[in-house]
Amino acid sequence: MRNTAIMIVGVGGQGTLLTSRILGDVALSSGLDVKVSEVHGMSQRGGSVVTYVKMGEKIHSPVIEKNEADILLCFEQLEALRWIDYAKKDASVIINTQRIDPMPVIIGRAKYPESIIEKIQADYKNVTAVPALDLAKDCGNIKAVNVVMIGVMAKRTDIEKDVWLKAIEKTVKPQFVEINIKAFMAGYNFKLD
Amino acid sequence: MKKLLLGNEAIARGVYEAGATVASAYPGTPSTEITEYISEYDEIYSEWAPNEKVAMEVAIGASFGGARSVCAMKHVGLNVAADPLFTASYTGVNGGLVIFVADDPGMHSSQNEQDTRIIARGAKVPVLEPSDSQECKDFTKEAFKISESFDTPVIVRLSTRVSHSQGIVEMEDREAYEIKPYVKNPAKYVMMPAMAKKRHLVVEDRMAKLREFSETTSLNRIEWGDKKVGVITSGISYEYSKEAFGNVSYLKLGMVHPLPEKLIKDFAKEVEVLYVIEELEPFIENQCLKMGLKVTGKALLPVTGEYSASLIRSKVLGQQEEKQNTIDAEAPVRPPVMCAGCPHRGMYYVLKKLKLTVSGDIGCYTLGALAPVESMDACVCMGASIGMAHGMEKAMGMDAARKTVAVIGDSTFIHSGITGLIDIVYNKGTSTVLILDNSITGMTGHQQNPTTGYTIKGEPTRQVDLVKLCQAVGVERVRVCDPFDLEAFEKAVREEIAAEEPSVIISQRPCALLKNVKFGPLLSINREKCTKCRMCMKLGCPAIVDRGDHLEINSALCVGCGLCTKVCRFNAMEKAGGH
Repeated sequence: MRNTAIMIVGVGGQGTLLTSRILGDVALSSGLDVKVSEVHGMSQRGGSVVTYVKMGEKIHSPVIEKNEADILLCFEQLEALRWIDYAKKDASVIINTQRIDPMPVIIGRAKYPESIIEKIQADYKNVTAVPALDLAKDCGNIKAVNVVMIGVMAKRTDIEKDVWLKAIEKTVKPQFVEINIKAFMAGYNFKLD
Repeated sequence: MKKLLLGNEAIARGVYEAGATVASAYPGTPSTEITEYISEYDEIYSEWAPNEKVAMEVAIGASFGGARSVCAMKHVGLNVAADPLFTASYTGVNGGLVIFVADDPGMHSSQNEQDTRIIARGAKVPVLEPSDSQECKDFTKEAFKISESFDTPVIVRLSTRVSHSQGIVEMEDREAYEIKPYVKNPAKYVMMPAMAKKRHLVVEDRMAKLREFSETTSLNRIEWGDKKVGVITSGISYEYSKEAFGNVSYLKLGMVHPLPEKLIKDFAKEVEVLYVIEELEPFIENQCLKMGLKVTGKALLPVTGEYSASLIRSKVLGQQEEKQNTIDAEAPVRPPVMCAGCPHRGMYYVLKKLKLTVSGDIGCYTLGALAPVESMDACVCMGASIGMAHGMEKAMGMDAARKTVAVIGDSTFIHSGITGLIDIVYNKGTSTVLILDNSITGMTGHQQNPTTGYTIKGEPTRQVDLVKLCQAVGVERVRVCDPFDLEAFEKAVREEIAAEEPSVIISQRPCALLKNVKFGPLLSINREKCTKCRMCMKLGCPAIVDRGDHLEINSALCVGCGLCTKVCRFNAMEKAGGH
């Protein structure tokens, strides 16, 4: 299998660290070399956060660079815009339509850019916009946005569904397995209207 | 069995497998998880110390006592612990002593970008530098062996990318390590001039032996490829180099101090062009230049920031990455912010309203320097807020202290703020110190500390009483205040800064992210009542959004802390779904 680079971008507090743990487990159980890189600490306080997941025969740098991501999994629209240069031209770009205003926008010092998804779609063929917040709400917990997004992504990989489900069961606390499986399936079965 | 481990988790595993039994640390990104993971092994005694100096002293004592022992810290923590380090280099060890220091190139979560190798060279202790999680574990075990063979503390230098990347690690069993007997030996363990003079000679002799060792250890290895290009590198830079240069020849240094001069010369002879690729200071490069080798490194690459494969490609190989899309929209920056419900928000609202000069410190509350709070005036290092406030008073006069406060977290106060407070009392200062007691160490991800009443393992323990502590050092005006009671808090601050004697306000409210913190219902803004006066915007709450023609509360971010209801004069903040 050729190397696969998955980049997860979002806002601190959206659960990207859990996402990377689940992805790491999936890669490991598929018998691949894998590296997962994330930054902890200050940026986790509502800042822009990025996680890199690389899997394949042999992985050196844990970091994904411009034009290298096969999958760009965006938990928030503005973060999709910020990191779009990191996606390959034929990458699968999955964008949660949720919008979280950064502080410069909140206080009126900057404008939240309009029609981000349309702009990205103009240049990238393989873009999926997902109302993950609504899907998570339907599942009964808005915090499950991250697992909804994993579900959407899982459908777009060659990895079997069961491998993902097992990884979720192993990674989340027992009392949250049910809700997270439900959220995963909501994402997995998500179809564009 | 293979597992996917964070670099820091692999370090902890290495400590476990090496049979170590004592670990002490003060949390600091990116090193914190080392000790958190160690605390999950019941075979190892682990603790959070009040600061890095104490942590290192505990590890030194444990080593003298015959145990394999460790301490962990971030790069700036090593400054705090430098005093014991430089002399532990003279005493050497009994049980193996390994010190983990995590540098933060790119300053993801730090106030500076210093290079630990330079301190280690000053202290004359060997440094190992792993490149991935497997090496984190392997090098840790090797570090104990070196420590005991050469009678020296050993530093394992990490960086953010190594500490915070997960990689595959082969798990092994724990080694049965017998605690070595302690034998009284003042010539080795009591560092007074007469003994230390002899020990310094031992240190120099040891460095010579370590230099020889570095020539033959498998920590340093050559990977021959195309000999047109040779790359000398270490740590995470090795991984970036492999991607950027591909099939060239590499001298990968696992031991970066002292360097294997002969190995480097032999490698250099075989290749046509020689590069040194290392983040931060030209530590390896300068020694190569001193040896008369023709190498290129910092002439092309910066001493600042993190490296990457693409940076090496563009700066060294001249390969520029083309932008492949036509999207030209600017993405506004997204700096970190204090969380919704954060207790510091109420405090800063008052400090900003009173237009005070704020001598700041290190923790989540440092975010009070950013927009829209923009309240903090200075931040240098752990504990500095108090000494700096005192210094400002001595420079600008007592009136300045009527408009100045020091702001410091509970854990930071215990770390190194208490000595500053003693200075104020002793030297007749009149400053006001705000100690932010949020029941946890926040920024590094919720570690216990001496003020929380729990150990690293969550066991109840004696709790430092901040009020009594401040009183005991001679502060007579000490009061406790809830920063969400804005009126009372403002009154307290006004009274204490006016007092011409030292004073302490303990701003007490738990971190909003603690599990036991419960707030009221989520809020929304009643647009009919809202006059758009924007008083609530002064709080800098990430959940309150200015849409231009109206204000609204983001229900996904609001936690229902209710602070905004206290600043709204028109009662426009209502229970969500209530109108």
